[in-house]
Amino acid sequence: MRRGSWIRALVSGPAGAFGAGWLVLVAAAAVVAPFWTPFDPFATDPYGAWAPPSTMHLLGTDSVGRDIFSYVARGATTTAVVAVASGAVALVVGVALAALGSLTARWVRDSVSVLIDVLVAFPTILIAMALAAAFGGSLAVVVVAAGTGYGVNIARVSRAEIRRVGREDYVLAARAAGVGPLGVVARHVLPNVAPLFAVQVSLAMATSILAEAGLSFLGYGASAETASWGRLLSDLQKFIGVHPGTIVWPGAAITLTVLALNLLGDAVRDAGDPRLRRRAPSAAPDPADAPGVVS
Amino acid sequence: MSLEISDLSIELAGRTVVDGVSLSVGPQERVGLIGESGSGKSLTLLAVLGLLPDDAVVRGGISFDGRELVGLPDRDHAPLRGAGIGVVFQDPTTSLDPVRTIGRQIAEPLRLHEGVGRREARRRAVDAAAEVGLPDPERIVDRYPHQLSGGQRQRVVIATALIARPRLLLADEPTTALDVSTQAEVLDLFARLVDERGASLLFVTHDLAVLRRAVDRAAVLADGRVVEEASVDDLVHRPRHAVTRGLVEATRATTWRAR
Amino acid sequence: MIRFTAGRLVLFAVGLLVASALIFATLRLLPGDVAQVIAGTTGSPAQVAALRAELGLDRPFLAQYLDWVGGLLRLDLGRSLVTGTPVADEIADKLAVTLPLAGLSLAVGLVVGVPLGVLAALRRRRPLGTAASIGGQILAAVPAVWAGMLLIALFAVTLGWLPTQGFPLDGWSDPAAALRALVLPAVTIGLVEGAVLLRFTRSAALGALDADYVRAAAAKGMTRDRALVRHGLPNVMLSVVSVLGIQAAGLVVGAVLVEQLFSLPGVGRMLVADVGRRDLTKVQGELMTLTAIVLAVGFVVDVVHRAVDPRARERGE
Repeated sequence: MRRGSWIRALVSGPAGAFGAGWLVLVAAAAVVAPFWTPFDPFATDPYGAWAPPSTMHLLGTDSVGRDIFSYVARGATTTAVVAVASGAVALVVGVALAALGSLTARWVRDSVSVLIDVLVAFPTILIAMALAAAFGGSLAVVVVAAGTGYGVNIARVSRAEIRRVGREDYVLAARAAGVGPLGVVARHVLPNVAPLFAVQVSLAMATSILAEAGLSFLGYGASAETASWGRLLSDLQKFIGVHPGTIVWPGAAITLTVLALNLLGDAVRDAGDPRLRRRAPSAAPDPADAPGVVS
Repeated sequence: MSLEISDLSIELAGRTVVDGVSLSVGPQERVGLIGESGSGKSLTLLAVLGLLPDDAVVRGGISFDGRELVGLPDRDHAPLRGAGIGVVFQDPTTSLDPVRTIGRQIAEPLRLHEGVGRREARRRAVDAAAEVGLPDPERIVDRYPHQLSGGQRQRVVIATALIARPRLLLADEPTTALDVSTQAEVLDLFARLVDERGASLLFVTHDLAVLRRAVDRAAVLADGRVVEEASVDDLVHRPRHAVTRGLVEATRATTWRAR
Repeated sequence: MIRFTAGRLVLFAVGLLVASALIFATLRLLPGDVAQVIAGTTGSPAQVAALRAELGLDRPFLAQYLDWVGGLLRLDLGRSLVTGTPVADEIADKLAVTLPLAGLSLAVGLVVGVPLGVLAALRRRRPLGTAASIGGQILAAVPAVWAGMLLIALFAVTLGWLPTQGFPLDGWSDPAAALRALVLPAVTIGLVEGAVLLRFTRSAALGALDADYVRAAAAKGMTRDRALVRHGLPNVMLSVVSVLGIQAAGLVVGAVLVEQLFSLPGVGRMLVADVGRRDLTKVQGELMTLTAIVLAVGFVVDVVHRAVDPRARERGE
């Protein structure tokens, strides 16, 4: 499908439109926030703590008087960085493992296959805990854990597709013509599995945002000097007895962003490659449709 | 029993796939619907059964024993299926539930329509299995579909379709998925059983040679429209429409090669 | 069947082995001297040296690893670096909270996710089905800790029906009190897991709707909905079972987060604390235990799935 019509099809449905719209908003906040927010996100104001939403503080203030709107906006930057970095890591890990697992010698393929099946069971959070124990908690730990965790899932999902493409006539022709395995991958295999990867990367990003929220909540993600939606949840949790309402803002921000990514991923899948939607009658659905890890 | 299809139109995803088809089947008649794939023949059968996809738009009329079927809600249409109208679909492998024994699947119409108990149902399933020529009926009813051959599975499907004694039997390319030698056997079985029960038959296929063995009269479908309707004998020896002639040519070519 | 089970058992063992290697390797990647880090700035060189000898850090890497694996096989997970108590005992203690929590969460997830998923498929063009589907999408995007906090805010703070956090000090001696403490945590994890199950079940049910055998069943005389439930569902259930193994990972993740949120004395919360204290021996043991649980669930699910699917029972049964 041509690129222009592809994108138009993407945002035509309500789900795709919402997803794209919200993500544009988050991206805008992420880009602008480091340079300007209504208030300094970290400026405390003990006398102005727990202010309700007003024209001055759009979302009110928290336990130490920080402007929640500014904090959430700066948190968008953190979220965006984590999501993009995790997506990139997941893609690299996924492609590498998948390529290793499909286009190489038999023994390499088999061992990678076993490795993938075993690694898929590893919950991201345990990977993160292990890394945090060794290196201390940080956003880098989150990115590596989420990226690797989901990358293995991507490898598992795309294994079958890569093998299928690898058997197609035009690939065999290329190999017969002497094109090396790397060239085959780059020129023939990758473009055809690209839609599948696009969907998986958006899911990887969504998962990483949830992972960051959880790990920052535990104290092993973002540091105190970094604005993070997960950390804000953790800060507000102590006061849930007296101020239960404030938790809405960071939580909604996380939920909407993850939802937007999931919806966009679905829309990409439906619009980009109609083949991915069809199922053979009475065939079991692909377990790949269930994300490997929920953080 | 009477089936009257009047000016039936079916629209799917904006395309008109069946366009003004009219056909009637009387008591103990054997009628065929023949045409290339995509001509709308299977959809016509599905319309009679009320099993079209959700987004299909149906216009016109289908009258079964005086009862209008188009627009009938599913819960009123369902009781007619199995007992009044039976059907044999094309692919026996996908038509059978992989996790139920074939005995239970054969007997299911009985349990639905006649409220037959388990023991009795099993006994009649064994009888039905024997009737369609399945080997070792007592034991085969406890087998699962994947344990049977293609031809055996189609016999199971036929047994299921006929067990509740429907007045009308629909068949959608019942032999296409089978290999050539099994095809003839199954066709003969079909014809015999329909005759014995005095049922009517509406048989859909793309193969004129198969049609000759199964029905007496047929309508030729092309692009969703009936282009010719006559006795099979006339269609084969005195084809009038180009499409019919094309079908006759195709048959001759195949039989030549078979020789 | 025996051959299949044996094969899966081997895979399970390999999984445990790979996990142990990865965990061990990662933890030893600690930059700098482990003993130094643990002793901190207050330890004298003699103390650090003693600590190093005690931890066996002066021995070759491989020897240390084999020592640990040997211990694992005897279910001896070493002693805590901080308190000196046997790790295995502490973990066993905490499992009395984590395992029931995981089980309850899975139950909630199944009860919420599967019926709603089927509903979403059966009524897919009508408001009820669309609502179920959208509900699932939203739930799948909700972070577990936020869901937990919202539940606390509603049921514990506002309504006062359930405790905000904590677990009875005397454990399970009062089962009712213990269960009350686990309700909100289990529902939290269960809702999130349920969302995943909902999407999967819906997808499986939609596939079954189009299936030829479901249509053939309707052709025997039942409505299409009933055909889907009677014939489609068992096949759908079979695929749901196959996915449960992957769900186990989600349950562990949920347990770690939720035990922290609700202050439950489980393995997850202990892990979080021990990572902060750099108690590597305990962390190793805890990670290994949790991973073993996930792999074990996967193994059991595979075997059960195989046992229940008639297509797999072919040879000589």
